[in-house]
Amino acid sequence: MSLEAAVPAGFAEPSYLNSEHTLRSWLLATDHKRIALMFFASITLWFFIGGIAATLIRLNLATPQGLLQPDVYNRMFTVHGIVMVWLFLIPSIPTTLGNFFVPMMIGAHDLAFPRLNLASLYVFNLSGAVILYSLVMGGVDTGWTFYTPFSTLFSNGYVFAATLGVFINGFSSIMTGLNFVVTIHRLRAPGMTWTRLPLFIWGIYAVSVVMLLATPVLAMDMTLLSFARFAGLGIFDPTLGGDPILWQHMFWFYSHPAVYIMILPAMGVVSELIPCYARRPIFGYSGMAIALMSIAVVSFFVWGHHMFTSGISIFSAVVFSVTTFVVAVPSAIKVFNWTVSLHKGRISFDAPMLYALGFIVLFTIGGLTGLMVATLALDIHLQDTYFIIAHFHYIMIGGTVSAFFGGLHYWWPKMTGRLYPEMWARFTAILTFIGFNTTFFPQFILGYLGMPRRIYTYPAQWQSWNVLSSAGASILAVAYTLPLFYLGWSLIWGREAGPNPWGATGLEWMTPSPPPKHNFDRTPVVTLGPYSYDPEDGSYIMQDGTHYAA
Amino acid sequence: MPPKLTIAPEVQFASLEHQGETAQYGMWIFLATETMFFGALVFSYFVYRTTYWPQFAVAGRDAVFWCGSVNIAILLTSSLTMVLAINAGAQGRRREMVWFLVATLVLGVIFMCIKGYEYYQDWTDRVIPAVNFLMKPEETPSGELFWVFYWIATSLHAIHLSVGIGLILYLLLYKIPRGEITPEYYQPLEVIGIYWSFVDTVWVFLYPSIYLVGRS
Amino acid sequence: MFHGSTYSWIPFWPPTASNTGNVVNSLFVAETALAFAILATVIGLISTYLVLYRRGTAFSRADRVKKTWHFEIGWTTATFLLFFVAFVWGASIYIWMYQTPRGDLEVYAVGKQWMWKFQHPGGQREINTLHVPVGKKVRVVIASQDVIHSLFIPAFRLKRDAVPGTYETMWFKADKTGTYMLECSEYCGTEHAHMRGEIVVMSVPDYTNWLRQRGVHDSLAQEGEQLFRAHGCSGCHGANSTVHAPSLVGIYGTYVHLQDGSVRYADEAYLRDCILRPRSFTVAGYPPIMPDFSGQLSEDDLIKLIEYIRSLSAGNKGSVR
Ligand code: HEA
Ligand code: HEA
Ligand code: HEC
Ligand code: CUA
Ligand SMILES: [Cu+2]
Repeated sequence: MSLEAAVPAGFAEPSYLNSEHTLRSWLLATDHKRIALMFFASITLWFFIGGIAATLIRLNLATPQGLLQPDVYNRMFTVHGIVMVWLFLIPSIPTTLGNFFVPMMIGAHDLAFPRLNLASLYVFNLSGAVILYSLVMGGVDTGWTFYTPFSTLFSNGYVFAATLGVFINGFSSIMTGLNFVVTIHRLRAPGMTWTRLPLFIWGIYAVSVVMLLATPVLAMDMTLLSFARFAGLGIFDPTLGGDPILWQHMFWFYSHPAVYIMILPAMGVVSELIPCYARRPIFGYSGMAIALMSIAVVSFFVWGHHMFTSGISIFSAVVFSVTTFVVAVPSAIKVFNWTVSLHKGRISFDAPMLYALGFIVLFTIGGLTGLMVATLALDIHLQDTYFIIAHFHYIMIGGTVSAFFGGLHYWWPKMTGRLYPEMWARFTAILTFIGFNTTFFPQFILGYLGMPRRIYTYPAQWQSWNVLSSAGASILAVAYTLPLFYLGWSLIWGREAGPNPWGATGLEWMTPSPPPKHNFDRTPVVTLGPYSYDPEDGSYIMQDGTHYAA
Repeated sequence: MPPKLTIAPEVQFASLEHQGETAQYGMWIFLATETMFFGALVFSYFVYRTTYWPQFAVAGRDAVFWCGSVNIAILLTSSLTMVLAINAGAQGRRREMVWFLVATLVLGVIFMCIKGYEYYQDWTDRVIPAVNFLMKPEETPSGELFWVFYWIATSLHAIHLSVGIGLILYLLLYKIPRGEITPEYYQPLEVIGIYWSFVDTVWVFLYPSIYLVGRS
Repeated sequence: MFHGSTYSWIPFWPPTASNTGNVVNSLFVAETALAFAILATVIGLISTYLVLYRRGTAFSRADRVKKTWHFEIGWTTATFLLFFVAFVWGASIYIWMYQTPRGDLEVYAVGKQWMWKFQHPGGQREINTLHVPVGKKVRVVIASQDVIHSLFIPAFRLKRDAVPGTYETMWFKADKTGTYMLECSEYCGTEHAHMRGEIVVMSVPDYTNWLRQRGVHDSLAQEGEQLFRAHGCSGCHGANSTVHAPSLVGIYGTYVHLQDGSVRYADEAYLRDCILRPRSFTVAGYPPIMPDFSGQLSEDDLIKLIEYIRSLSAGNKGSVR
């Protein structure tokens, strides 16, 4: 592609945002970019619903006696977990940034199955509606893990509706994952070989594979659980010969891979941000890609580490501990590679970079504490305490949500055509980091002190740490609400971004911002791998081979 | 109605061939997820089967053996007719294709009828958990579990088969009359054929697990 | 209040009062130190690079590392080695902690929504409080009457789930007298938060005293013997029964050969399975005629029966009665 074609000044086509204006053209859109925006609206809504539940949780825990009725509290953390996991974090990066940028970054005009993509959106919202129904009708009090036989025989919540919602949600995951795998296999632009794929694509590919193979098992779990609950069948009821532990095996067989569903795309995003703002190729591209794929594969063999105290045999506990350590190795490789990718760079501190740096630190803390709970003897003490809560919030919020915000800022100009206000964004990134650590670091200490999770009242001696945690949560609430305002502001008053405000090398930066309906006027031809930045003189080469001076 | 439409590929595909192969590829991946879905079910079934070997054997003897056996023959035949239909479609023998599809459809419906009869027998045998289940003394406490899995597995399979029947109807009543299945582009037919064979294969696994194991 | 811990407003460290607690503490300290070291390395490197190579500094960017494989292989190996050490350390302690040896004394814990019921072999019962002697190996058999609970004693760094339908066991040797927290750590419903109590570690004389004061009941085994007759077990298993059924004298703690060829260690969990699911656990050489008692015996009755069968075993005289 020639230089003139890459500079989209001559582009007369209207952007995807204003190619059509009817409501119908949005609701029935098959354009992956529009669907991505609609997904974005949905998951933002769910994030705040989950956040309100979190707010109530932290408010309640500010005093030892608690403010909420026990049943209300139990419903709050359940709804918080279900909503945050299935309606926010699992779909977050794949359905928004992934949907928008997978076709663009591989040089395709759309996903392979656009109508399936739209169906995924509606199925997702349907599942949200069903879960909302269970909430409005009176909520669920099982925790997001639905442990049997509590969930089947004893819970007085709307378990059936909730599991049905989660079941439906799985279809959305599968549709999206299938679309990505097929698209990445079949629709790459000429010259876009596997070794030239941006790492974000690798991350999405890895996550899609996990979604495809793990989610069906969740669907079966939910089917069995629903039958067991609805018809009183003995599948998990020991008095009828069922085995309550079987549920845990089946649940974690899905849900452990699911936690990697939540982190893999985030790793992909960070691997885009760091080279761009360090103006330097990523260190160890193939190592990074291999690491992503091996996490995806090994993640299927570690589920038992959630059950070290629940009565699995000592032998299987030992095996699961080994595999858990093994799955952490590729993550370690990634952290080292990101770190060294800063070496001899030309680093600038734009907001996306701040989020990416925050990601590395918080993910490392979360991961290292993950190793501590993977150590069998420590997990005996730490299992089901606040140490676990802190571990996974560090990875999921400190890690994935940071990466999500980083990616959102990075691609915001491409999606909307406007630049966000840089200073506000940097301030928010730093505020998030501070608020986050204030909220969740005390929980590590509480965990070692022996504070169990899922309790609405606790002995008074733990109050000081809980108050600190609640205080941090309010900082966090501000930090998560701010982008709503300044990003919204930028839609109208933000500066025009131009096609490539960051001087990034991916194909998505070759078309105008916002892109036209079918992304490219002509299918681009790729001649280079990603991240051809040169920190010495600040020049860079786009993936189609066009050179730019600093 | 025009006998032959010119079909253009969608914008994201380079050619019709590209589009067709991609669709087929998507179906294979979908079947991988289906395998995990049924795999989880069969796995948990066997967990209980091995734990409660004697009770399951007692319970399993009530499954209507001939229904399951005739049905596997029917489904395997239907896979054959399906392949013949695809073959005919690929070579442009339209009438033949339609007849083989009809045959497949009829076999599918016969399967469902036998299945329905079997369910009726189960009803009179009082082996429907939560509805009219009668525990036999030799199968306590877990004989019911066999039937729980029997019902979940066979009904999920029946749902899948009904979807397959619907898809064949879609071909027969919509795609083929509009001339959208041609020797140049018969991918919809082939994709549905792959799905159909998968549903048969599921039965190939369910049949021995339900009707054969522990029956001697 | 908990005397074992010094109450403080900003607690950093939970009290430690058992052999297991000390061992886990050192592992925890070691891993925390390792984690901090790694974190410091990562943050240190990042900050150095950020300062040196921020945009606008004059440092040379030439001669960047291009060949990365040496590094990748290097740190992959290093990570593997570190992980291996952590794994082996943790696993060996876990095996030691979770492979329950025979205790100096035995306690039964039954979790139910929302309380812990403890039963001592002498028939003493308590709710949400457990008295144990210091310096003795205590073996706890954990059962649940309804949902999954988890018996958690932070001062011992010890927990194990109570799973309905089976028994789990745990053991400890307290090494400091005092009162410590005892919790339920697996979510079990509305008042999960209140399923909390204390464990009182007493000196051996105090403990025997306490037992004597509370020992007004029949012992568990005596009650079990009555049940053994009432439920007709003795009709088959009794000394002068004509039915071809195994004698239960001395089976506790032995290895039993089953019909299906497997061998099971006869502990509480096994006895429980035999009584509730005899069809799945038929003893080799006997007819499968034992009736199924599932649904007919409460958790409490089961414990009594099992304690009775246990008491039939010679060589099981270690208990502090
Ligand atoms: C995005 C989500 C996410 C991710 C990525 C992870 C990653 C990991 N998790 Fe976590 N985990 C959760 C989400 C996640 N987890 C959730 C939600 C739960 C609780 C569920 C519930 O019960 O509700 C949980 C619970 C959980 C448990 C069960 C605890 C219990 O309930 O008792 C365990 C135990 O092994 C564990 C381990 C790990 C490990 C070893 C990793 C590893 O993959 C981490 C790898 C990363 C690193 C190791 C850091 C970087 C490495 C270096 C800087 C290298 C140098 C290090 C050394 C040389 C030591 N996790
Ligand atoms: C996956 C994503 C995810 C995310 C993003 C979060 C985000 C947060 N979570 Fe959590 N959390 C889980 C997943 C997640 N969580 C899971 C899976 C569980 C386990 C559930 C279970 O046990 O079953 C859990 C459990 C959990 C607990 C333990 C409850 C218990 O065991 O009793 C706590 C306690 O502090 C907590 C806190 C928080 C906080 C403070 C945030 C904050 O980051 C949230 C910040 C966001 C907002 C606050 C919303 C935005 C702002 C507003 C709506 C404005 C109004 C608010 C104010 C003015 C304060 N979460
Ligand atoms: C009808 C006779 C009968 C009755 C009543 C009966 N049992 Fe049994 N029991 C047997 C037989 C026969 C076996 C050996 C075969 C088997 O394991 O099923 C056995 C096996 C056992 C075993 C396993 C023994 C071993 O060697 O491992 C235990 C424990 C046991 N019974 C306990 C009980 C208890 C407790 C009761 C009463 C609640 C009871 N039995 C009532 C006939 C009976
Ligand atoms: Cu019992 Cu929680
Ligand atoms: Cu996990």
